[in-house]
Amino acid sequence: MGGYGAFIWPAYGIVAIVMAGLLVAAVRGTRARARDLAALEATGVSRRGNPPQSKGSDGDDA
Amino acid sequence: MHRFANPARFMRIAERLLPWVSGATGLTLIAGLYFGLFASPADYQQGETVRIMYVHVPAAWMALFIYTTMAVASVSYIVWKHPLADVAAQAAAPIGAGFTAMALITGSLWGQPMWGTWWVWDARLTSVLILFFLYLGYMALVNAFDDPERGSRAGAILALVGFINVPIIKFSVDWWNTLHQPASVVKMDGPAIDNSMLIPLLLMALGFKLYFLVVLVIRMRGELTARRVRALRLVEADV
Amino acid sequence: MSAFWALVGRDLRLALRQGADAVMVLMFFVIVVTLFPLGVGPEPGVLERISSGIVWVAALLAAMLSLDRLFQADYDDGSLDLIVMTPAPLELVVLAKCLAHWLTTGLPILIVSPLLGVLMNMRPDAFWVLLAGMALGTPVLSLVGAVGAALVLGSRRAGVLVALLVLPLTIPILIFGVGAVEAAVGGYGARPHLLLLGAVLLFALPLCPWATAAALRQSTT
Repeated sequence: MGGYGAFIWPAYGIVAIVMAGLLVAAVRGTRARARDLAALEATGVSRRGNPPQSKGSDGDDA
Repeated sequence: MHRFANPARFMRIAERLLPWVSGATGLTLIAGLYFGLFASPADYQQGETVRIMYVHVPAAWMALFIYTTMAVASVSYIVWKHPLADVAAQAAAPIGAGFTAMALITGSLWGQPMWGTWWVWDARLTSVLILFFLYLGYMALVNAFDDPERGSRAGAILALVGFINVPIIKFSVDWWNTLHQPASVVKMDGPAIDNSMLIPLLLMALGFKLYFLVVLVIRMRGELTARRVRALRLVEADV
Repeated sequence: MSAFWALVGRDLRLALRQGADAVMVLMFFVIVVTLFPLGVGPEPGVLERISSGIVWVAALLAAMLSLDRLFQADYDDGSLDLIVMTPAPLELVVLAKCLAHWLTTGLPILIVSPLLGVLMNMRPDAFWVLLAGMALGTPVLSLVGAVGAALVLGSRRAGVLVALLVLPLTIPILIFGVGAVEAAVGGYGARPHLLLLGAVLLFALPLCPWATAAALRQSTT
């Protein structure tokens, strides 16, 4: 790299680290949310299945 | 546009496209790296350090592109109440901040061998630094509310105000810089860029764009799921 | 229009009654400027060189410190809801609040700034340019600050957040304001800088109240 490797490789390295980090954080966050959702649905809570006592409040969370 | 306004349908389409776009991202980036690092000549003036350009310049383009995307999404959220727009804007912000940070750091690593200093208060560097602050401010504001809905609305207005301000800031920084011209800066506007350098540059730019799409969709999916979780928790608390 | 002046009068009366607020912002402004000779040394040449920048940066910081006065108290005691619901256009209401804010912070800062110029060894012939720049620039600080102050209503750590949001947006004011003084000292005419400051003010005058009104509406629903 013509003596400039000490600058070129870190530049590419930083780009790789930031891009990989963003990707991993995104995938992990999405998986964690999906787990939350699965856990909630397993307890039997759903908008349709377990309506609040009064029918009138249906429009609130739509 | 309205065909994609339904979050469930958007998720289905995105799900189907994601593997293909991910594959294309990987291929483009590998090709870009090959051309950038091995199959392109060194610059006659800047030597091998010109290879930093293939990540630095596309990253700087992305920094601007993503902020523009956020502003467009914010407009459609404010004006048409598009239900995916605020999700997209919020999902895009950290990616934009990441690319802005990349542009700053790689620029610094390029500046040290070329200008002999890690940082010069050059107009472009300064503008990108301010853009970085705008990203951070947006992210701080969106996450500062207990009610995420409030964060979305405040963030959309801020993104728009910031976007209108960017050209003014850019102009003022250029103006400031011509008054305080640092002596050592080498201007980059040589003759037209050669094809051997244009190929890796465009490949990397395309790869970054595709990568942005992939991460954006993944983050949006996460945020949509989080919203469903919140809604379900509210129902649960109600019962 | 009567609602406009009524609101300006109300905010001015409130500010005068709790006069300590405005005085504290002014004291902050003076103290920040005083720190710099202590920090960089009392050499007159150095101080003269950096005087305009210091005074402007301190003015920016002092303006940030005063922004929570704009809407926060009205938001906390609920009067903001009533103000938003008045039949007068909300943009005009915002303009009235900005005017009152400027009269209680921007104007005092403007009046004190030549005095600080003296302390910082600024050339006397630059005082008028500094004043003119401040007269055009500090209203923009109130206007842009109002957008930030309205956006952070009800958020956590609103005080720090508003500075974080607004300071980057005020960079053009800093650049043109300092540029005007430096041009005057250097002897090549401050006119373009002052015209640019005026252009920014004319740009901010309709746009900032509009954005602030949008932010207020979404925060009070």
